[in-house]
Amino acid sequence: MQVRQISVFMENRAGRLMEITGILAQAGINLRALSLADTSDFGILRIIVDKPDKAVDILRRSGFTIRENVVIAAVIEDRPGGLYEILKVLADAGISIEYMYGFLGKHEHEAVMIIRVEEMECAIEVLLEANVTLLKGEQIYTM
Amino acid sequence: MKPQDIQSLDDLQHLPLTDKETLRTNYPFGMFAVPMKQVKEIHASSGTTGKPTVVAYTEHDIRVWSEVMARSIYAVGGRDDDIIQNAYGYGLFTGGLGVHYGSLDLGATVVPISSGGSKRQLQLMQDFQTTILTCTPSYAVYLAEIAESEGIDPRKSSLRIGIHGAEPWSEEMRRQIEEKWDIKAYDIYGLSEIIGPGVAVECVGQDGLHIWADHFLPEVLDPKTGKPVPEGQDGMLVITTLTKEATPFLRYATKDIVSMTTGKCPHCGRTMPRISRIKGRTDDMLIIRGINVFPSQIESVLLSMEETEPHYQLVVTREGALDSLEVQVEVNEKFFSDEIRALEALTKRIKEEIESVLSISVNVKLVEPKTLARSEGKAKRVIDLRNI
Repeated sequence: MQVRQISVFMENRAGRLMEITGILAQAGINLRALSLADTSDFGILRIIVDKPDKAVDILRRSGFTIRENVVIAAVIEDRPGGLYEILKVLADAGISIEYMYGFLGKHEHEAVMIIRVEEMECAIEVLLEANVTLLKGEQIYTM
Repeated sequence: MKPQDIQSLDDLQHLPLTDKETLRTNYPFGMFAVPMKQVKEIHASSGTTGKPTVVAYTEHDIRVWSEVMARSIYAVGGRDDDIIQNAYGYGLFTGGLGVHYGSLDLGATVVPISSGGSKRQLQLMQDFQTTILTCTPSYAVYLAEIAESEGIDPRKSSLRIGIHGAEPWSEEMRRQIEEKWDIKAYDIYGLSEIIGPGVAVECVGQDGLHIWADHFLPEVLDPKTGKPVPEGQDGMLVITTLTKEATPFLRYATKDIVSMTTGKCPHCGRTMPRISRIKGRTDDMLIIRGINVFPSQIESVLLSMEETEPHYQLVVTREGALDSLEVQVEVNEKFFSDEIRALEALTKRIKEEIESVLSISVNVKLVEPKTLARSEGKAKRVIDLRNI
């Protein structure tokens, strides 16, 4: 139920994100989801890709500082309140979210939320109990 | 080699050089040449690997220090009726007390205000009608800017002389200080290993600094060959203390690059040799806001922190009148977190650790690995963007 996410440390300067996506494009790696967190000096690019091993390899060889992490991919209904419902499940269990980002799913009326919490096992358990659909890694990579 | 082998000044060059490292390896009291009972005062400056360099003074040494500093103030026109606002820091740093002793010896009035507190500096300057300001040159510029922003015209102040040192400065900066304050500004040179401030000072001619060679014997050597350079050519200043008792030094390598001129000064008639302004360093020491900073100090902080690697670069800039030091640290996979707050907490910790060692504030910036220029197998650690 856990999805591999790659985080890349990048300096805040013009064209840097373009360079990273260029490296991935050359290696034939397709992005499934992306988020960018930034401060005035640096940013952290978080990506989920179709070929995680290959992406890790190529980014490392290109000299980037990267980190692999696991995240939860939860399917929510694409309607007002869809996100609220799963956040309520996590909040009721006393789980706080470190970061999250979302994208629209392949199916109509569906969106996918990528969620990172400290207590991953616990979060997966309460979400499954609440009948939330969690995607497996392979499901996202091949989406 | 025996003491009797030294028969003339030329024999001096057979002796090896000493340097800061000599003091460091003998920390704390290994270089003291008198029993502790005779040591009246101890000073220390921040060291290159966490250990400070320690120097000591006997009662006689303090008298010598007072005298050379009094001479220095006199040489720039200070007299016993002057009121000296001493804005050098008091404490282990030799700047504050050196000027203080010299002022007392000259018979002038000293205001031991120490560094910082700009509004109070300006207030007391007006209320006490101080006539001489002693501080780093960058602080003199900064204080004038503060005065202007407070609606005080620095040109109308009671000051007539500025005595500035402890950091490198230029003719342009002198003109700026003289123009802003309507005073004469003079360069003073010193280093704690030799005595503190008062080793050399300009005379009214503002054309080189007279080194008090009756106490501090100067040599200017080619840093590569160790041989004396011809008069007027650049080389490393090496000083032998002739009268120092507690921590005397034979051929102390200052690492400062100067040129030297002998003969009678055409401006004041003094016969003490003149050294040029400091033109550079033979090592990588930086002087930031009057404080000596070695890249190795920052390296040792980074090495002591588990998360970081000692891949760093120092960028020095001057914003307005004040120096600013940015420490760029490479992020590696050992400590890269994908959470902003973890990286920000790390940045803060690096900053605090470095500041506690250097005693000056720094900015820490995380950068991508290998973005720091590596040149000729040796990383270029310092980028100095100051125009001085």
